Amino acid sequence: MNRIDKLFKSKREGILNIYFTAGFPRLNQTAEIIKYLAEAGVDMIEIGIPFSDSLADGPTIQQSNEKALANGMNLKIIFEQLKNIRQSIDIPLILMGSLNPIMQFGINEFCKKCKETGIDGVIIPDLPFSEYIEDYKKTFDKYGIYNIFLITPQTSGDRIKKTDTASKGFIYMVSSSSTTGIKSKIEKSQEEYFKRINRMNLKNPKLIGFGISDNKSFLKACQYANGVVIGSAFIKALSSSKANLKTTINNFVNEIKRTNCCIV
Amino acid sequence: MTYNTDKKGYYGKFGGAYIPEMLHANIEVLKNNYKKITEAKNFQKEYRQLLKDYAGRPTPLYFASRLSEHFKTNVFLKREDLCHTGAHKINNTIGQILLAKKLNKTRIIAETGAGQHGVATATVCALMNMKCIVYMGETDMKRQMPNVERMKMLGAEVVPVYSGNKTLKDATNEAIRDWINNPEAYYLIGSVVGPHPYPEIVAGFQSIISEELKIQMKEKTGNENPDCIIACIGGGSNAAGIFYHYLKNKKVKLIAAEAAGKGIHSGFSAATSVLGKPGILHGSKTLIMQNEDGQITEPYSISAGLDYPGIGPLHAHLFDIKRVKFISITDNQALKAALFLTRMEGIIPALETAHALACLGKIKFTKKEKVVINLSGRGDKDLEAYIKFIKNKKQPQIHR
Repeated sequence: MNRIDKLFKSKREGILNIYFTAGFPRLNQTAEIIKYLAEAGVDMIEIGIPFSDSLADGPTIQQSNEKALANGMNLKIIFEQLKNIRQSIDIPLILMGSLNPIMQFGINEFCKKCKETGIDGVIIPDLPFSEYIEDYKKTFDKYGIYNIFLITPQTSGDRIKKTDTASKGFIYMVSSSSTTGIKSKIEKSQEEYFKRINRMNLKNPKLIGFGISDNKSFLKACQYANGVVIGSAFIKALSSSKANLKTTINNFVNEIKRTNCCIV
Repeated sequence: MTYNTDKKGYYGKFGGAYIPEMLHANIEVLKNNYKKITEAKNFQKEYRQLLKDYAGRPTPLYFASRLSEHFKTNVFLKREDLCHTGAHKINNTIGQILLAKKLNKTRIIAETGAGQHGVATATVCALMNMKCIVYMGETDMKRQMPNVERMKMLGAEVVPVYSGNKTLKDATNEAIRDWINNPEAYYLIGSVVGPHPYPEIVAGFQSIISEELKIQMKEKTGNENPDCIIACIGGGSNAAGIFYHYLKNKKVKLIAAEAAGKGIHSGFSAATSVLGKPGILHGSKTLIMQNEDGQITEPYSISAGLDYPGIGPLHAHLFDIKRVKFISITDNQALKAALFLTRMEGIIPALETAHALACLGKIKFTKKEKVVINLSGRGDKDLEAYIKFIKNKKQPQIHR
């Protein structure tokens, strides 16, 4: 069974999925960051493939991309660094990135490497739904790699239903019309959108991403979905912390998951 | 062979709409409505009227006698430099601002390289009383200062972009990101690039250039077909416009002049036809300059308008099927050609255009052949580069 399905089978709420850019802040910390995140109790991890011109990203993740590329990161190195990751890590691992680096790597080779490495799913924001179905799905299915689709406040009801039918694993619910890391809290209008989606009774679990940055937004989003994705806030923590990597990651995750906060 | 997009928005292997889901709804609205809107009688009437009375069309077709004599052929210049705002860019911005109006949009976003599209956008926004935000790389803001000041004077907000090489590619990224964050806005793209249907929309509005050229050639020579048409290409909007109505007529040779910068393989170049590979940039599959990891290579050209690591998907297709021949022109060749035109015909061309002019020295034409060059823009914005070049040369190389 795909580890993503396994996770949602055993846990239906409060799922925490953390994104980080591979190669940031240093080239050789990918496996280490994954290990500390898993130890800190994160449920799922998104490993970002850096790209020079990522359209969906705000300044924080753009800068982490730039740094990672300057450090020499590429897909080949990511797979090399993750070669033995499944010897110690059992939570779902997802690769996220723009289409061009994956396309140049070769779709078949990419999916094959994902399977060999133990990657469970992929998020490619600029790969359109229709192109995926026509040109990519066959290869993804062949290697058992889940392609995770995004929906946004602008996505029509019909398209959401279509997406739900074609989805495996979970649906990534973009919380607002924005690039990553622009908003840091959840507003009333967004809650209306979450409620509208919940009334649709989709078959797939949902994770809310974009604009989740702290304990408050985490708890709020968890009321409307199975969990959240946090990216920019974690990248910021990695860049600004003076503590060692392990402590930084532990502190960040503990603060997000803190339950003694009663103001929701 | 077709030169329009197929049902899915591709020109052959190139094109499509590779955009994040956040932009999907906006692109759908555009895709489903733009033809209906732009082909409507009242739209065409308003568009044509503005082109005539406001932009100053039709632009003249000028027989350049001294240039012709020198190159021992017949050189015609399509004078897009005489358009309002000084370049062909206004053909597209007038069309798109009317389209934006029909879609009830009031906030306009644009990217600009040389600043010509930025100025043309700021101009029509002033005309239509719309809010205008122009993204421009910091490098380009410095080298095209007069255009920055013009945009500001026209009431536009010019937002400097500091990412990448701080040029057109980076400005386009930021414009698209702005659109993701402000989906109620209209993105007024300046070239035949971006997700489908933008390349088709822009090519359509620029096709007025070849529409006029056919009539003017017929008047001047008795034949609507020249033997050859030359245009410079960054994203490729002026080339798309002057090629458009000749694409099906294989007797007309089409040549695109791209920027070789300091030399094709110098590491400082924007010669996409030589250095590019199929990939995804700014929402479309096209030829782009990239490294083996699929990271976009920073392009270089002295000309801000050609300093782009890709070409529009239509041009990638035309290159692929060998309908258009690409010629690479270095900074120096362009500068020389600009100076040469200035002294021979009394016309100071834009640096972008100078790349097309430089082709005259690289291709041998016969005495009988008729060659049209799209004089896409005027050179006032490039005076600084020209002055520097002349100073360094001491004596410009002019053949008299």
